[in-house]
Amino acid sequence: MMTYDAARMARFVRRKRVNQVALTLALAAMVFGMFWLAWILWETLRLGFESLSVSFITENTPPPNEPPGEGGLANAIWGSLLMVTLATFIGTPIGVLSGICLAEYNPGSRLNAIIRFVNDLLLSAPSIIIGLFIYAVMVARFQQFSGWAGAVALAFIVVPVVIRTTENMLTLVPSGLREAAYALGAPKWKVVTRVTLAASLSGVLTGVLLAVARIFGETAPLLFTALNNQFWSTGLDGPTANLPVTILQFAMSPYENWQHLAWGGVFLITMIVLGLNVLARFLSRRFSS
Amino acid sequence: MMRAADTRPVIMADDELPPMMGVAVFPLHDQGSAAPRRRWLPNRLADRLFGLLARGAALFTLVSLLGIILSLIVGAWPAIREFGPGFLVHAAWDPVRQDFGGLVMIYGTLITSAIALLIAVPISFGIALFLTELAPAWLKRPLGTAIELLAAVPSIVYGMWGLMVFGPVLARYVQQPLQSLLGDVPVFGALVSGPPVGIGILSAGIILSIMIIPFIASVMRDVFEVTPPLLKESAYGLGSTTWEVSWRIVLPYTKTGVLGGIMLGLGRALGETMAVTFVIGNMNQLNSASLFEAANSITSALANEFAEAAPGLHQAALIYLGLVLFLITFTVLVFSRLLLQRLQKNEGKRT
Repeated sequence: MMTYDAARMARFVRRKRVNQVALTLALAAMVFGMFWLAWILWETLRLGFESLSVSFITENTPPPNEPPGEGGLANAIWGSLLMVTLATFIGTPIGVLSGICLAEYNPGSRLNAIIRFVNDLLLSAPSIIIGLFIYAVMVARFQQFSGWAGAVALAFIVVPVVIRTTENMLTLVPSGLREAAYALGAPKWKVVTRVTLAASLSGVLTGVLLAVARIFGETAPLLFTALNNQFWSTGLDGPTANLPVTILQFAMSPYENWQHLAWGGVFLITMIVLGLNVLARFLSRRFSS
Repeated sequence: MMRAADTRPVIMADDELPPMMGVAVFPLHDQGSAAPRRRWLPNRLADRLFGLLARGAALFTLVSLLGIILSLIVGAWPAIREFGPGFLVHAAWDPVRQDFGGLVMIYGTLITSAIALLIAVPISFGIALFLTELAPAWLKRPLGTAIELLAAVPSIVYGMWGLMVFGPVLARYVQQPLQSLLGDVPVFGALVSGPPVGIGILSAGIILSIMIIPFIASVMRDVFEVTPPLLKESAYGLGSTTWEVSWRIVLPYTKTGVLGGIMLGLGRALGETMAVTFVIGNMNQLNSASLFEAANSITSALANEFAEAAPGLHQAALIYLGLVLFLITFTVLVFSRLLLQRLQKNEGKRT
């Protein structure tokens, strides 16, 4: 009797101990994840802040080996803004319309199921493949790297993100709203644009913000489309300076002033991307409440 | 007592009705006297146009997938014709003699992703466990958000940080001690040989793992949360510990979803470009088993060489590599989606 109890007790203690060890490891994993985030943000802030100055946003990229503090990334920032804006304006309508098709036009149909599946694939497909695709379609055909090609490549990344959020947000709209509008005799396109889309507007906007955040830091699709440039771009017809490719080029170079500027660029991109994400989260929280 | 000539649809005189009902009648009197409102487009046509527009936009997704596959095959065709499937196991990469094989890059892509998964899967499981079972309610949301922000950081930031900050630390505090410790041990010695400079397969794998942890962890957290509370509470009621509930109840219940999340992370790791390009060292070698040695991956070869490659066989070989990458990630992502969908369907059945 005694030994039976002792064995039970030992087992109980062992199970308790296993539990404690496992949960401590889970805590350690959480700390591990947070540690990287903190470390990356800290270094980005520290090294990026050092290289911020007025010339950083007013002057163009300098030649190598100038004293630190000379030159900035103005042309790269401008080019990135141009391409991101253009890509957003190309990608958003396509994405919103497809999202409407998936959510409002026979959502259960086989074709829509296939489109949804393919969209999920494109959402996490390697972005460098998009670059190769646009290279084949635009750059190789016109024999010219251009900002337009860069913008189109980025638009291909915007579309899946917007489709996904638009569809999700539209399906959240209660069907009573739709039925009420139909009962009043409204045609379908009016029901969709004035009622369901209007009801989920902030949700759709969240998706667009997330897409902008995603493409602002995208480098791979720009490598063979927009390429890079040392000058201020007045149009998008030729190779266009942009932040991510400039950072890549400057960071890999042996010149100190270039590396310095690359940190500034990384700081800027991180702040913009994280800022947009926080804003999007705030918007979607207000939407869901 | 209506006259036959009176065509107006008067139902009853106002004064014969209770006041409320009289109100309901009067719009009928106005019909015909007011001109019909002009529309620039009749509703039926507008409806049809809008439907076409929406369906067309949705088809764009399918068209772009087909376009990507076709353009890759067309672009890679010269290399496919020249090297055939032997390209996959051929290790040469010589633009001067026009001799190309993808083995080095394919190996680099697979080995870095494998290292990334090896690190990321247990850590993600721990994070998801912590977020669903351990964290106090007020901490769940901020910590979950922080993990998701880690996923939002652009890959170029990881790359730059890996090259400038993490690489040197890894070299000094991990690689050099490991080398002096294991350098003479038979098998491990080979794994840790090579220049301990913090650039190479190991650092690329570690940085990839940091990048995919948030993806895997948030999928795991989401699927853990769909486990019916009744199941868990029954187990707790029988005296299980938190760990036993997670390991024997939650994990088996959600295994398809967990596997789907891991596949999703693998897909990300295989196709990641910038973080790998910065730290892998971009050297076409395959003559040592060392994890410290610089190497090359499909994505970094594309990123470094494609814009400067001469049109012809060199470019076609690079596109061939892109095609291989696309097919690998495509397969992995299809698996991931199918697994995650299966979990969703089951969930629908059981609740």
